[in-house]
Amino acid sequence: MAALLEIWPAVALTLKLASVTTLALLVLSTPLAWWLARSRVRWKEGVAAIVAMPLVLPPTALGFYLLLALGPDGPGGAVAGLWGGRSLAFTFEGLVIGSVIYSLPFVVQPIRNAFQAIDNGMLEAAASLGASPWDAFWSVAVPLARTGFLTGAVLGFAHTIGEFGVILMIGGDLPGETRVASIALYDFVETLQWGKAHLLAGGMVVFAFLVVLTVLLMDKRGRVRQ
Amino acid sequence: MIEAAFKGRLGGFDLDACFAVPASGVTALFGPSGSGKTSILRCLAGLTQLDGRLSVNGEVWQDARTFVAPHRREAGYVFQSATLFPHLSVAGNLAYGEKRAAARRRGAASQPVLDRDAIIDLLGLAPFIDRRPSDLSGGERQRVAIGRALLAAPRLLLMDEPLSALDAMTKADILPYLERLAAVAAMPIVYVSHDIGEVARLADRIVQIAGGRVVGCGSTADMLERLGLEAGVPAFEESALLTGVIASHDTALRLTRVDCGGQSLTVPPLDLPVGQTIRVRVRARDVAIALQRPSGISIRNILDATILTIDAAEDAVHGDVVLGIGDARIKSRITREAMAELALKPGMPAFALIKSVSFDGRRGYTARDPETGADAR
Repeated sequence: MAALLEIWPAVALTLKLASVTTLALLVLSTPLAWWLARSRVRWKEGVAAIVAMPLVLPPTALGFYLLLALGPDGPGGAVAGLWGGRSLAFTFEGLVIGSVIYSLPFVVQPIRNAFQAIDNGMLEAAASLGASPWDAFWSVAVPLARTGFLTGAVLGFAHTIGEFGVILMIGGDLPGETRVASIALYDFVETLQWGKAHLLAGGMVVFAFLVVLTVLLMDKRGRVRQ
Repeated sequence: MIEAAFKGRLGGFDLDACFAVPASGVTALFGPSGSGKTSILRCLAGLTQLDGRLSVNGEVWQDARTFVAPHRREAGYVFQSATLFPHLSVAGNLAYGEKRAAARRRGAASQPVLDRDAIIDLLGLAPFIDRRPSDLSGGERQRVAIGRALLAAPRLLLMDEPLSALDAMTKADILPYLERLAAVAAMPIVYVSHDIGEVARLADRIVQIAGGRVVGCGSTADMLERLGLEAGVPAFEESALLTGVIASHDTALRLTRVDCGGQSLTVPPLDLPVGQTIRVRVRARDVAIALQRPSGISIRNILDATILTIDAAEDAVHGDVVLGIGDARIKSRITREAMAELALKPGMPAFALIKSVSFDGRRGYTARDPETGADAR
């Protein structure tokens, strides 16, 4: 019980970070995925490649550049200056920004695929029934891409929970501020607290299994419906 | 009037089509596959944008300066394969256009011609109104798609081969619904098809399309005659229309008698009231000619006729003889040998022997007078 109490702040912080990040990712990814799915400009694959880069980049490399960008001399410092701060590095806000960039491909890709799978005839039918493009987007495209949104949200949430390298680079290990579960687990192992490490790691294994299972089941249901 | 002119290139295909038809009744865009019919229909809806102009009842939808977005055009569109929204029930699909129609109507410019209940009744949608599109048959889906388009209260209904994705039996099931629709709809319908049988049953006038151009335009009766030997109409489908009034039903022998300008035509039983005007489609290959009234013959329909024209190419097996029956004309396709043996001449009286006919139980000619004054420009 004492062990649970000790790991709880890190778990709570992680859940908070993942929730805020997922929300921000959905807001950002929806127009981006729509544009990537429907636009006919040639350079859109360049944008798609930039979005996908966190998939192959070492998290530490991404974290290094983020640290510079969020720090006092980067744009992050200027933004922090608006409310009297010095830097976005080593703050919760900084972690959200880093996590959004790091998990972006996991959210954009499923939503983009879902948008691409929509028959253009559906949107033309909506237009012929008097729906403006904006109306048709919300009343037809988004509901039809529902599975893509769910998959993207689950993957984004789970991937944020699992990140380590980027957070270590831009967030350090401040209890209650930036010490998330994966960092806490590292600390427990370093300090030979095996019991707490087991609790945290075991919980994450169960969580990961449930996430992957959920995505697979959603994917199957989505296919059956079409 | 619907006045349309579109010109442009669409994926290696040149379209240059121009026509004007009355804004009432059913106009068929008829031509072989790949002739540009669907492209023209998409231009009418604004789904494809080419240079040109388009006005419907004096309202400009497209010209050099204007292009009204598809969702602002009061044009319903029925696609080749029903594009029902899979996330909505049949009722939800129907409501989709209905809800938006009010906003699109912009005041009292137009009013819904049919209300929701009338449309559900007309198309027989009640039995599956709460189901999802995925649980419907192809024919049911297409009926819902038609109902959905109608509920958006369009001022122009565009139909792109709505029957082409269906098998022959389903097609035969839906055609009566379309005929009822054509009879009660107050808005003009533009109907794309490459099936002359469908067109003959439904259309008031035909705009013939070939190679991206309008090559002919006129009333269905005139065009069926004219389409004659041209490409696009299989020779065995060549036909003409007779108009008649149902005179009586013989329930014992299961026959219906139709009065065609004073002459009686015996046809298979039709479930239509006495007095109803119908169109009878007579295929040229089903008409034989006799110079005396034959007796002892199984053919029921023997009509007094006058030979009007004879057309036989030197190298052809068959020739076409146009026969006048009252004011109407039908065509007979007979061998050149028979022509020579009977020594047929224009002006000769003769008898037209009609073996089998197909029917278009339809409206129209008594209830309202369809304008067929279409012209190609």
